[in-house]
Formats: sequence, structure tokens, C-alpha cells
Amino acid sequence: MIRPEFNLSYRRFDSKSILISWPNLIENAVLFDVLSFKKSINLSGKPLVEVIIAYNSLLVVYDITIDNIYNEIKSLKTLYLDINYDINESKIIWKIPVCYDDYFATDLENISNNKNIDKDEIIELHYKNTYRVCFLGFLPGFLYLSNLNKRLYFPRKVQPDLNIIKGSVGIGGNQTGVYPSNSPGGWNIIGNSPIDFINKEKLHKISFASPGDSINFYPIDIKEHNYISNNLDSYIIESEVSND
Amino acid sequence: MIKVIKPGLYSTIQDMGRKGKQSYGIPCSGSMDSFSSDLANKILNNSINSAVLEITMVGPVLEFINETFICITGANLSPLLNNKIIKMNNPIYVKPNDVLSFGVLKSGLRSYIAILGGFKTEKVFGSRSMFKNLTKAVKLAKNDVLNFNEDIIFKSSKINLHKISNIDNEIKAYKGPEFDKLDSNQKDFVLSNKFIISNNYNRMAIQLSDLLINNLDPIITSIVMPGTVQLTPAGKMIILMKDCQTTGGYPRILQVDEKSINSLAQLKKDSHLRFSLKI
Repeated sequence: MIRPEFNLSYRRFDSKSILISWPNLIENAVLFDVLSFKKSINLSGKPLVEVIIAYNSLLVVYDITIDNIYNEIKSLKTLYLDINYDINESKIIWKIPVCYDDYFATDLENISNNKNIDKDEIIELHYKNTYRVCFLGFLPGFLYLSNLNKRLYFPRKVQPDLNIIKGSVGIGGNQTGVYPSNSPGGWNIIGNSPIDFINKEKLHKISFASPGDSINFYPIDIKEHNYISNNLDSYIIESEVSND
Repeated sequence: MIKVIKPGLYSTIQDMGRKGKQSYGIPCSGSMDSFSSDLANKILNNSINSAVLEITMVGPVLEFINETFICITGANLSPLLNNKIIKMNNPIYVKPNDVLSFGVLKSGLRSYIAILGGFKTEKVFGSRSMFKNLTKAVKLAKNDVLNFNEDIIFKSSKINLHKISNIDNEIKAYKGPEFDKLDSNQKDFVLSNKFIISNNYNRMAIQLSDLLINNLDPIITSIVMPGTVQLTPAGKMIILMKDCQTTGGYPRILQVDEKSINSLAQLKKDSHLRFSLKI
């Protein structure tokens, strides 16, 4: 794989962390570059608490105060030049059940009326796409996904809802995602997934999905939703490996 | 064992928080004023990550079922043991049936109660810090029972009490990633205005009263940390605190230094503060 060239900016974030920013793009080339750099920083042997990523940025959090910021930035720049871009791009596709029934899809009607697209078509456009997990943030276990069909872009609510229930599948602007817990929020709700997005028993695999993995939603009815909800302890999230 | 007779206004168990879990969207949490909670643990010779009780403005009423040692630091809420004033920043022996209560808030906002060996409440992702949807309990409630290790023997420690922090209204901060998008008047305002803390403040964030009119564009969702000062399109400045989200889309104009976060944790509504740049 040919490595794209990005102009990165490096700056001190606080006494123990350095922020690295990519150009303002949400695209796979940036994501893979961010992930490759994260991997090589993690392997560098530096005294780290964590490397945190977002769409086009990365925060290196050190365990100690950074004494010489210029030297440390220089060392990171050198590391970036040498990163191994030939990473094994994740081929995992997670299969996430979603019930798009009106019972859960409280804003589907509104989107349908505003965009003049049938509810069934909205649902189909939503589950037919394959989404890429870019990073986790906002709430414990919340996956930031890319690749929402442009026809489904729909603005966030001006007045956020005070309580969106766990599992709600929403559309906010050009993004879609699943609320992993009850939370206030401004996204438009079109369905609900019965599965758990965090696993409190697993300290090192808190979320089943990692950045770079893909997600497919598939439609289920209310009965199936109920069944999965009531049998979460034995539920195993299905996945497949893509061939492309 | 301790029985909670009254929970107080907002009392939570805290330790150093969930470090290194932000990649999963999990907030740092932990004591808001970590200087004071560390001090309480040091005075009792506890390990640094021992869980303490963080109490806010109005303290709880706690009944001890077993003997132990405690230490109270941070804000002065006039701590009382069996209705008699007790010293702060000192190890205090408590015996069965003793009742710890609090009086008037004299200084600061949050006080810390450390106990010999630390509180043994539910641990989730390596931390006992209470947080909605992670721990079962979000804050202390009436009739709760708090467990601690009753077999530890107290050994006094030599702590230099001159180092007890004073609350500083000068908040030291680094330039935030989007600071340079502000024009020079806006920068001047941020660095010279005497800001007032609004009545909108909690463990997630502190909102300032004064508005900073701006036309800054939102950013592509990026990383925030406790201490990040966000600027909303409406001009509100929001200082993120320990229970904040891990990512956000508002421009980040400042990043408050760790030590100043401890001061912020002790400033209440209507307090004044100024920002000064740390290079």
C-alpha cells in the first residue's frame, strides 16, 4: 500500500500531553495514517498513559511531565517518518441487530416527511451501508462511524432530548451511531439495538469493536429485539471477515 | 463499616479515576481536587489510589460501626465528631457508634474524607470512582453502607502541612489548539477579564458567566480532557472537569494546567478567576 503524505501539526496540549493534528478531513486515508501512527507510538517504549485518537487527531498522553517539548516533538516526527504503513487493514465486519420499528424509531416519521423519502427506504439506506469505526468517544462505548449515505444527512435537533434510551440508533448531521447508555442527546432516533456496547468484565476489550473495524446493521423485529435483550448474557455479536 | 444517615448534597466515592481508558470513551473521573485527596491519603499512610469520599458544600452524616482512622482535607465544612469540632488535615481516631457530621461551609467547595486503607466500593474498569452507567451507585444515598478494610493498623506519617494548597483564583493554562483562531481583542479578553463562575457547575464542567462573542467554526470532533476550555457558538466558555466527555466539537481555546484544576474544584458560584498563560 502506498503511504499518503500528510502535513501534520504538533503542539503541546498540557504538561503531560502532545496533540498531533492531520488536515481537516474525515476519510479512510487519514484514519489509517492515524491508526498506524498510534500503533508505532504505542510500540516506541515511551512512558505512556495512552494514545487517544479522533477523526483527524491524536493525543499522546505521557506518564510524566514532558521536560523538553521540542525534543519530544522531534522524536515523534522521526517516528512518523518511519511508521510502517503496510498495516493489516482490519477486515472485521461486526453485525449489529437494529429494530427499526416505530416503537423505537421516534424521529423516523419526521425525517421521512422532511426529506420526502419513504420510511422503508430510509431504513434500507441505513442498513445497506457498511460503516467504518473511526474512534470511540462521547460516551463509554460510543462508536464514531463514517460513511453514512448522503441522502440520510439530517441536522441535529436544536433542543436536545433529555433522555435518549440505551441502544438508540440515531442520525446527527452527517453521522450515525448507537447510544451505548441512556443519555441526553440531539440526534434523530430511527431504531434501537438491543446489544451491549461496553463489557464491564473485560478491562482490555471494553468495546467489541476497534477503530478501523467495520459495522453492518441488520434489521430485526420487536420480538427478536426482546429476545436478544432478555438473553444478553449468552449473546455473541456476530462478525465476518470481508474478502475485498 | 459505615452507615450513611444522611448523604449530604452530592457525595461520591473517588480515587485517581480511570486513567488510560479515554480511548473507549470512558471519562477520567477521579477526585476533582486531587491535591487534597492525595494529602488525606498521605496523612493516613494509605496508598495513593485509595478511594476517598468527596463531599460537596453540604456534608453527610455518617455513623461508624467499626473503629478506624479518618482524615479530612480540602474545603472546610466544619467537620464534627459526636458534635465536637475536629481538626482537618490530621489523622482522627473514630470508635464504634461515633457520628461524623458537618456544619457551615467556611472555605472552598469540596472536602475529602479518607479512611484507613480506603473505601471498598464497587470497582469498574480499575476504579471505584462513581459514574453514571458505569458504577451501580452514582452518589451516596441514605442508608447506604460503606465498607473499608478493618484489619489495617494505623502508622502515622510525617507530612509537611505547610504544603497544604491555598485556593488560587489565578488559573494557569496553556493555549488551546484553537486559541490562535481568536483575534487579538478576543485573546486580550480571555487573558485579562475577571471571569465569574455561573451557577452551572458540576463534576462535568464549569460554565463561566461572561460571554465571548465569536464566529469560530466548530471543529471536526476531536479530543478533550479535564481542563479543556471550550467556546460555544453562543459565546459561552465551558471549563471541562473530571467527569467530562472524552471528545467534543467546540473550539478549545485554553487547556488548564493540572494544578489549577485543583483550584477550580474549590471555586463556587460567583467566584472570580483570571486566566494566565503558561508557556
